[in-house]
Amino acid sequence: MLRRLREVTDPVTFSFDGCPVTAERGDTLAAALLAGGIDTIRHSVVGDQPRAPYCLMGVCFECLVTVDGVQNRQSCLMEVRDGMVVASQRGGRQVLQGNR
Amino acid sequence: MTSSPLEMVVIGGGLVGSTLAWGLARAGLQTTVLDGADLDPRASRANFALVWVQGKGVGKPAYALWSKASAERWPQLAAALLEDTGIDVSLNQNGGFSFALDPLELETWQAEMQDIVRETNGRAAPFEVLSGAETRDRLPFVGPDVVGSIYSPLDGHVNALRLFRALHMGMKKRNVDYRAGYPIERIEPVRDGFRLTGPKGTLVAQRIVLAAGLDNNRLAEMVGLHAPMKRSKGQILVTEKCAPFFDYTSATMRQTDEGGVMIGDSEETHTAAHATNQDISAVLANRAVRTFPVLGDLNIVRSWTGQRVKPLDGLPIYEQSAAHPGAFIAVCHSGVTLAANHALVVAPQIAAGALSHGLAAFGSQRFHASQTA
Ligand SMILES: Cc1cc2nc3c(=O)[nH]c(=O)nc-3n(C[C@H](O)[C@H](O)[C@H](O)COP(=O)(O)OP(=O)(O)OC[C@H]3O[C@@H](n4cnc5c(N)ncnc54)[C@H](O)[C@@H]3O)c2cc1C
Ligand code: FES
Repeated sequence: MLRRLREVTDPVTFSFDGCPVTAERGDTLAAALLAGGIDTIRHSVVGDQPRAPYCLMGVCFECLVTVDGVQNRQSCLMEVRDGMVVASQRGGRQVLQGNR
Repeated sequence: MTSSPLEMVVIGGGLVGSTLAWGLARAGLQTTVLDGADLDPRASRANFALVWVQGKGVGKPAYALWSKASAERWPQLAAALLEDTGIDVSLNQNGGFSFALDPLELETWQAEMQDIVRETNGRAAPFEVLSGAETRDRLPFVGPDVVGSIYSPLDGHVNALRLFRALHMGMKKRNVDYRAGYPIERIEPVRDGFRLTGPKGTLVAQRIVLAAGLDNNRLAEMVGLHAPMKRSKGQILVTEKCAPFFDYTSATMRQTDEGGVMIGDSEETHTAAHATNQDISAVLANRAVRTFPVLGDLNIVRSWTGQRVKPLDGLPIYEQSAAHPGAFIAVCHSGVTLAANHALVVAPQIAAGALSHGLAAFGSQRFHASQTA
């Protein structure tokens, strides 16, 4: 479990699978999820194994979540925002029936 | 230091070399593979993984039938690899489509397929020509720009990474001595075989198979063989993994067993550079999205290019050196498709000491003939 080094001074609130999470403005979404105590953000497509952000720099694609209805966003490459609706993923992206 | 010559050495450990080495070991030969460096151009790490017959061999019936035979043998190869290694290479032979975006394209393909049937006296792989509506009946997500398609039930694909791994595990299991980073610079025919020299030293082999991809061009001449090549660079785009939606394959697009969609089939013939070309990526992606509009929403997560191993006339080269009969060569630009033939037909023939008459069409004499014609 990860802990923040400093108290949150400029909070934003988003939701993950319906639960509210508080983060520091300017955090990447991946950092916000990890600091919020969430250690499984999705299950892998092929092996259905629990996954969390890993490289934190955009290369490993482990940190995928659905953000405001858009699947497979790399949470380490986006800034967390107030009111973001974030959802975990399981299975591959659906392409045939409307994805959004 | 004196050591007895190695029984059989395969130079090159790409798809062609590993397939042959595994086949030679299965035929009972003590086989050594000398492979090059990680930065060599390696088509085997870059390919599109199709087992593809459709449209191959226009004007070259022997090639059409050779490709067809390999596709038919593929289930046997997949089963043998599974038995040897426990690795399932995910062979899927549900058939392949070529999607035409204008009527002329469809007409041209249809005419070529009919030529192949005629030239092979009807023995070519079967196919159907479908209208746009018939194509969409089978695959409802095909876009309105598709005016028709060719479907051939023999076409398929595998998981190319797992195929490569299975071959390497299979070699290990059968005691093939595989040496990475062991490039050969010079081959000299000597009394009891061939002296092979490179930066790692010198070895003597009783018999050798040249399977060094593009470098065959240079090595062939050292043992009285000939392998003229042309440049051909291909580019591939890969999307994020999706739930299964396309259980067939096509020459330009396929969904892998793990969900990613591969988009490919570009050809550049004037460059040895490895960088991907943005213009080509755009053309590939545009064609893919017109064919399958559902792809428009997907993210491309990877792209790469690879140099094909392409003999001058596109046909494979299999030959035994007349001057030095212990030396064989195998070069081809469809090493996945032809893997079943390589493991189950070519390797046993090399092991037995001679290539069959059936392979005569693939000898390098054809290049001399076309030069004098
Ligand atoms: C973009 C692309 C898409 C393709 N799609 C398909 C497809 O869908 N279906 C299909 O069937 N085929 C496809 N191919 C072709 C297929 O990948 C090749 O036919 C096959 O990989 C060739 O294998 P190879 O072992 O001859 O060559 P390579 O993979 O180039 O291997 C040659 C090996 O020899 C080694 N070597 C080189 N020189 C020396 C030396 N002097 N001494 C020792 N070792 C040496 C190298 O290090 C390398 O490991 C595609 C190719 C490309 C590039
Ligand atoms: S954590 Fe690796 S890409 Fe986001």
